[in-house]
Amino acid sequence: MDRRVAVIGIGTTGFRAASPEVSYREMIYEAAVKAYSDAGLAPDQIGSFIACSEDISEGTSIFDEYCPDQIGGARRPVHSVSGDGLHGIITAAMNIQTGLFETALVECHSKVSNCIDPVEIMNYALDPIYNRPLGEHPEFIAGLEMRRYLYESKAQPKDCAAVVQKNRAHALKNPWAAYPANLELEEIQDSPATFDPLREIDRAHHADGASVVILASADWVKKNRVKNPVWVKGMGWISEDPGLEMRPWGRSIATQKAAKMAYKQAGIRSPRSEIDFAEVDDTYSYKELQHLEDLWFFPLGGAAKAVRSGLTRSDGKFPVNVSGGCLGMGNAAEASGLQRVLEIVTQLRGEAGVRQLKRVRQAVAQSWRGIPTTSCAVAVLSKGVNS
Amino acid sequence: MRKVAVVGAGLTKFMRRAQETGKELSFEAARAALDNAGMQLKDIDCVVMGTAPDAFDGVHMKGEYLSDGSGAWGRPYLRGYVGGGTGVFAPIQGWYHIASGMFDTCLVVCEEKMSGCKPHPQGAFLTIFDHTTERPLYPNLLWIFALEMNRYMTTHGITKREIAHVAVKNKKNAMDHPSAQLPMEITVEDVMNSEVMAWPVNRLDVSPTSDGAAAVILASEEKAKKITDKPIWIQGVGWNLDTSYWTNRDLYYPEYVERAARMAYKMAGVKEPRKEIHIAEPYDPFDYKELHHMEGLLLCGKGEAARLAVDGVTARDGDLPVCPSGGLLGVGNPIAAAGLMKISELFWQLRGEAGKRQVPGQPKRGVAQAWGDLMQVGTVVVMGVD
Amino acid sequence: MNGLETTRKETKLKKKGSVPQANVPSGPLLKRKMAFEGTPLSGKDFEQGKVLFTTYKPKLAYAWDTGRAIGRYLQGLKEGRLLGVRCRHCDRTVIPPRAFCERCFRPIEEWVQLQDRGVINTFSISYVRWDAVRLEKPTLPAVIDIEGTSPRVGILHLLGEVDPKQIKVGMKVKAVWKAASERIGAITDIQYFKPE
Repeated sequence: MDRRVAVIGIGTTGFRAASPEVSYREMIYEAAVKAYSDAGLAPDQIGSFIACSEDISEGTSIFDEYCPDQIGGARRPVHSVSGDGLHGIITAAMNIQTGLFETALVECHSKVSNCIDPVEIMNYALDPIYNRPLGEHPEFIAGLEMRRYLYESKAQPKDCAAVVQKNRAHALKNPWAAYPANLELEEIQDSPATFDPLREIDRAHHADGASVVILASADWVKKNRVKNPVWVKGMGWISEDPGLEMRPWGRSIATQKAAKMAYKQAGIRSPRSEIDFAEVDDTYSYKELQHLEDLWFFPLGGAAKAVRSGLTRSDGKFPVNVSGGCLGMGNAAEASGLQRVLEIVTQLRGEAGVRQLKRVRQAVAQSWRGIPTTSCAVAVLSKGVNS
Repeated sequence: MRKVAVVGAGLTKFMRRAQETGKELSFEAARAALDNAGMQLKDIDCVVMGTAPDAFDGVHMKGEYLSDGSGAWGRPYLRGYVGGGTGVFAPIQGWYHIASGMFDTCLVVCEEKMSGCKPHPQGAFLTIFDHTTERPLYPNLLWIFALEMNRYMTTHGITKREIAHVAVKNKKNAMDHPSAQLPMEITVEDVMNSEVMAWPVNRLDVSPTSDGAAAVILASEEKAKKITDKPIWIQGVGWNLDTSYWTNRDLYYPEYVERAARMAYKMAGVKEPRKEIHIAEPYDPFDYKELHHMEGLLLCGKGEAARLAVDGVTARDGDLPVCPSGGLLGVGNPIAAAGLMKISELFWQLRGEAGKRQVPGQPKRGVAQAWGDLMQVGTVVVMGVD
Repeated sequence: MNGLETTRKETKLKKKGSVPQANVPSGPLLKRKMAFEGTPLSGKDFEQGKVLFTTYKPKLAYAWDTGRAIGRYLQGLKEGRLLGVRCRHCDRTVIPPRAFCERCFRPIEEWVQLQDRGVINTFSISYVRWDAVRLEKPTLPAVIDIEGTSPRVGILHLLGEVDPKQIKVGMKVKAVWKAASERIGAITDIQYFKPE
């Protein structure tokens, strides 16, 4: 049996700061209709439906109740995954690989603008006995991580500022992005510290939006002569310590292990030379640097040098977050991870318009589930089967 | 399709309020399952967590919070989610981890710690209703069961007295279950005379709120045969989610359960469920639900299940033993863990290791099912000895 | 043998450097209760301070976007009208309104004003409040199939001005609205449904 799985359809509403004109159902419906149209499929041709969500972000318990209708999944095999969009892609791929389904659909969305106090939601994720009673703003965790990362990698806060500058500038060419900006390095460095060394501007703003991705088996792709499949060649996902007490603060060990898992499946030995570009989590600016190193693209400290030299710019040799990343597009919760996949698919198909990268064949998507988690997922996506 | 077997199972005791944290309960169940399989955590390739609303534990992203307790530290880890159906969905999720060819072993842990939710866990269920069109009416979870039970009774002309036989049977069956929270010998009269909560639902028609955890270990064919000489195979899996507009459906029949069952039976090659299924563990958070679900599982015709309960056909030594474990009504209902308890029961029954609960006649195949959301989701697993 | 007991093979750990041999009984077979007994607590344990615990009240608040379909539904309620939508493709009229049909997955464009009356599909007599507090006077939730919709299409609401003993499935009921000045564009603009 051919176990390969490909992305055959994508749809997104794009991200924006708020979306008062549509309900979550209507917003997701738009993304789903676009994905079906892109794949040339109808809902009854989907085998398994996967929705990624978390109750507290929605303000609804057992939110999976409300997932089926807007993705065409009523009275069908639908389940939710409390994971990022990349976890959704991985789940869909495994579903197809069993041989039980030929196709699967993944949905993620964010209506974070409906949450009156997103910080309290983040706080509510902290260990209720050990950590939450401290009563601190939960983003102090990012401050602690950033300091340790800078210490270990010898990167500078201005390198993090360069990540902000790059990604928000990348977003200028992305119509799906909510926070495009032309910023000077100085004004970024002047942004007030929140949890020093973390500055206000190092953090991705929240955004609303919905995205849907449709996947299919290799047999299905062949049978239906899909002209631009993007193959999921490798997948990895790992959860490390959920508490704060025993985690290594400077590195993302989960990303390291997940990347090894994905590269092994994809047969990648030298990530930096075999991968053309990457879309990685940058919920906080330092995270992009840390994640690039933990994805084995650069040695410790190498990512800072890369951003300084312009290597990771859209016109550089190894573009990173050409979509704008979370900093430029906005942090749309579970949809952020799925958006990394959407961007890669768009680029590999050659449909990225003004931000189209040249001669790209293979890319890596990586996501992190945010504070306080250590859960990360990695996927290798490729245009050709054997590239 | 790659074959997947259950090779070990473990439970904690189910109780109204445990001092142990959710992480600790998860750990105990996981350890018990590993011991049962004669395995160690290092033998586990990936971990699946099943747990219902975050509002119970009072932790956002509670799957993340529970990961170390369930042995997921440093491993691929996913939390699947279909409300009350999660307990039987989690092993399905474990199944696809292995059937995909990605892994050879998977630890599936289900946990629920409802007691921490104040003033009462029922309060957490207010937020399962539509935030704009229903929540302003302050619905209680009991309402939807009462509404469904009434519709079911009215459509088929079934009485509360007939339905009460299920509560009597399951609570009695639970007397032989070491994990049981509410084992007791009661009569139909006791059920009828217990306090009315939301007519037609009386107190003894309902399962309790509970703290508890359950775990099973799944393995690929090759691995399973090395681990044990009595693997129990997952022969079929099915799941189905109906529309969230629950007031636009006729609640008298769980069509989503039928669809999930048909999916699982097709995969298992079961053509005549009533003949080919020897034990059933349908979801029984309320006594009428067992009947409702037996019909959805095609184990009898629509409206016929009550008769089977009254006639003793579904007793442990009856022709079709249903909930020989004691079910949620007797063993308890730590939501996701309760569903996985049913999988554990089939595992032990089919191995002939259920002790005092053992169903006579060397059963070869069983079905477990859970239900959830707004009268909406069916999850079904068919397990057998070959 | 009980299914909840297991035999656990004790493996003796030898000196550092040697590999413990799995599955080879090197010690006595130990019988161990598999069911974890745990530590059950009662309300008294908390009241008497026998256990330590920490409490937290989350400050979670939401302002949900109603969107086009539910937004217009609420506007209708404010005006004292019950609105539904019709899917031409499925020939199906439903309430609450929705922007797309969950069956055929096409957009729904046609709005229908429905009668503010219907038939009891099913009901309950509930003595328990949402947070499990016992009620003296029961609440009467019901699914009410609204007149003018397709078969078996209803909404969740409450019944009033009726003796609970007299309620029957199939009974015809009519909406009792709040005064226009008190309506805010919410499902509670209808106070309850009463028998016709």
